[in-house]
Amino acid sequence: MCFSTLLWGEGYDTTLFATIWTKPVLLNIKLTLVLLLSSVHLQQQGENIPPPAKYGGRHTVTLIPGDGIGPELLNHVREVFRFTCVPVDFEMVNVNSALETDDDMNNAITAIRRNGVALKGNIETKHTLPASVKSRNNVLRTSLDLYANVMHCQSLPGVQTRHKNIDIMIIRENTEGEYSSLEHESVSGVVESLKIITRNNSIRIADYAFKLARERGRRRVTAVHKANIMKLGDGLFLQCCREVASGYPDITLDSMIVDNTTMQLVSKPQQFDVMVMPNLYGNVVSNVCAGLVGGPGLVPGANYGRDYAVFETATRNTGKSIAEKNIANPTAMLLASCLMLDHLNLNDYASLIRNAVLTTMNETRLHTADLGGQGTTSEVVQSVMRVIQSKGQFTAEL
Amino acid sequence: MTTRSMRALSGTLKPLFSLRSPQGFVVAACHQTHKSTYTAPPARYGGRHTVTLIPGDGIGPELAKHVCELFRFCCVPVDFEVVNVDSTKTSEDDINNAIMAIRRNGVALKGNIETNHNLPPSHKSRNSLLRTTLDLYASVMHSQSLPGVRTHHRNIDIITIRENTEGEYSSLEHESVPGVVECLKIITRTKSLRIADYAFRTAREKGRRRVTAIHKANIMKLGDGLFLECCKEVASGYPEITFNSMIVDNTTMQLVSRPQQFDVMVMPNLYGNVVSNVCAGLVGGPGLVPGANYGENYAVFETGTRNTGKSIANKNTANPTAMLLASCLLLDHLKLHGYASMIRKAILSTITDSQLHTADLGGKGSTSEMVQSIMDAIQSSGPRTQRH
Repeated sequence: MCFSTLLWGEGYDTTLFATIWTKPVLLNIKLTLVLLLSSVHLQQQGENIPPPAKYGGRHTVTLIPGDGIGPELLNHVREVFRFTCVPVDFEMVNVNSALETDDDMNNAITAIRRNGVALKGNIETKHTLPASVKSRNNVLRTSLDLYANVMHCQSLPGVQTRHKNIDIMIIRENTEGEYSSLEHESVSGVVESLKIITRNNSIRIADYAFKLARERGRRRVTAVHKANIMKLGDGLFLQCCREVASGYPDITLDSMIVDNTTMQLVSKPQQFDVMVMPNLYGNVVSNVCAGLVGGPGLVPGANYGRDYAVFETATRNTGKSIAEKNIANPTAMLLASCLMLDHLNLNDYASLIRNAVLTTMNETRLHTADLGGQGTTSEVVQSVMRVIQSKGQFTAEL
Repeated sequence: MTTRSMRALSGTLKPLFSLRSPQGFVVAACHQTHKSTYTAPPARYGGRHTVTLIPGDGIGPELAKHVCELFRFCCVPVDFEVVNVDSTKTSEDDINNAIMAIRRNGVALKGNIETNHNLPPSHKSRNSLLRTTLDLYASVMHSQSLPGVRTHHRNIDIITIRENTEGEYSSLEHESVPGVVECLKIITRTKSLRIADYAFRTAREKGRRRVTAIHKANIMKLGDGLFLECCKEVASGYPEITFNSMIVDNTTMQLVSRPQQFDVMVMPNLYGNVVSNVCAGLVGGPGLVPGANYGENYAVFETGTRNTGKSIANKNTANPTAMLLASCLLLDHLKLHGYASMIRKAILSTITDSQLHTADLGGKGSTSEMVQSIMDAIQSSGPRTQRH
């Protein structure tokens, strides 16, 4: 959709223009420049066209608070965005995990289809509900076909960990594999769970991985599998990776069995560069990597599909036990919101907030409980906002 | 810990009896008073046990040779029946011979048999075939921080008990539509109850306080849900042991940050594979941890992480610790505790000497040097040994 049509083509021109210029205090020149630049970008044919800004150059993003620490962290994200005057409006959609009906989830999915981008907290999967009630997070990922889950694990300078210099990108197939939710009890006491691997999805995820590796200038992609046991399934996945690899001669492909991979990760994680794998191994490996760089509070995650993108914390924890105690680490969620801003091509805001978060992380005094410190969530967020203000940006009142 | 009930003769009484009654079984009177459900497999002739030895591929053969060398040196009353399994052949005769030998002897020590990727998918993993045919339902791996080995984490002491025969390793796959493969993961009530019972019994025997079940029941509600339910049922029969559960992704994350919180862990096959490898990595690598596979009637011992080690085969750089500790587990199983503790102590004293550390521990030692040092330690500790 051409951006200029929004402004000029539907009879809004004079009214809108007048609106912009009657609010000189709140909209600065930079914003109008961003507006113009994004309209230019939109006119280029590209695969990752950000969703059209709906009104006055502001993007609307779906916000799903989820359970546990989700609501409070997302409040902080909104606070930081308002403070930094980021041109993003959040459309909040609540999903009640205790209900058995799918209405809430359908509303959320429709909202994401409408807006194209979302930021979400984890929705709890209650074990007490019957097995026919599928995991809400999973339903969201499969309905929107968010086939690639990307997690970038990097050692942060201010965080003390046992391993240093880790820089691993993990690309995990997000829609099939062991998470098909296809199970049945054919004979009483015997349960069969189906793990589905398809050629299309495997080629798609392998292609995504190699494209991403090329964009980021990475040299090696490792496919993680268990093809010695699951010969057809993981064998197909491996074969697809090899096929795709032949089209990227500048990038080396190697493969490693998942048990060896996890063992290598805990002894020598620096050897890994980009890793691509099916769903379950992706779950385990990404959690191991998150643990290696400092825990679930630090790493953001992104789920990309062809048309939609949803951002969340990488390890998808609900954090029920620390909910509303003001001790959760907001870093993961804030960095996820930066990824979202990058996706919307609001790169300046993204780097501003990201630098502020990383600067704050360097201060051990502010570390929250998961990093071994005693700081609170609000202190961290305040510090982030102070750093942003000190950079000289035009911001709201603190 | 098998349930075969035949009489056995302890190796320490061998010198007394072997000359007098070479035929049949000789009952050691002092052992009759102790009544237990477990008895070691029968010593066949003159108080010596026969154990099947499957060298396997990669570093297997050389490590198996070192084990034989060490046993001969210490005069351990164990004879090895060597059965070779050729991993390049597609026929199952080799592995069937091996299985028959294990049925005959009851106990085995094996190296890992390579699974050739170039062969068609109908060619099942030989190791998996062995485990399922002999119904070796429990794979037990005890990961302990060793004193001489420097690792990022200290004071780790985790027993991982992994269901060994079903789960994702059922080898049931098919391509119903071209380009779409379905792999079946089977979880049954009987086997889940059995492994949970094994886990709690082991925890009780070893005086452990907590058992953690690892699962992914939020996604695989029926399958891992059933597993979890079975664990809870069994837990109710062991009130002195606390039972908790953890999702596999959180488990692996906790393992790399705070592994000291785990005590005994029980889980289905695939998670067991991953978690036990993580634990092995945490305590120092694949060269240090022994593993044991127990069934109703048979027991097979091997290295904990089942590596073939093709790239370091025949280079005299492999770490023999895992295989030697596995042979100590074997001796414990055969109730030859004296020999087991003697060899184990010698191994631990050798490991403390970082001069002898092999390449996987960051040193430059060779396999033969380590084995030599172990034999020296045994000789210096006193018992009568062969000249070497």
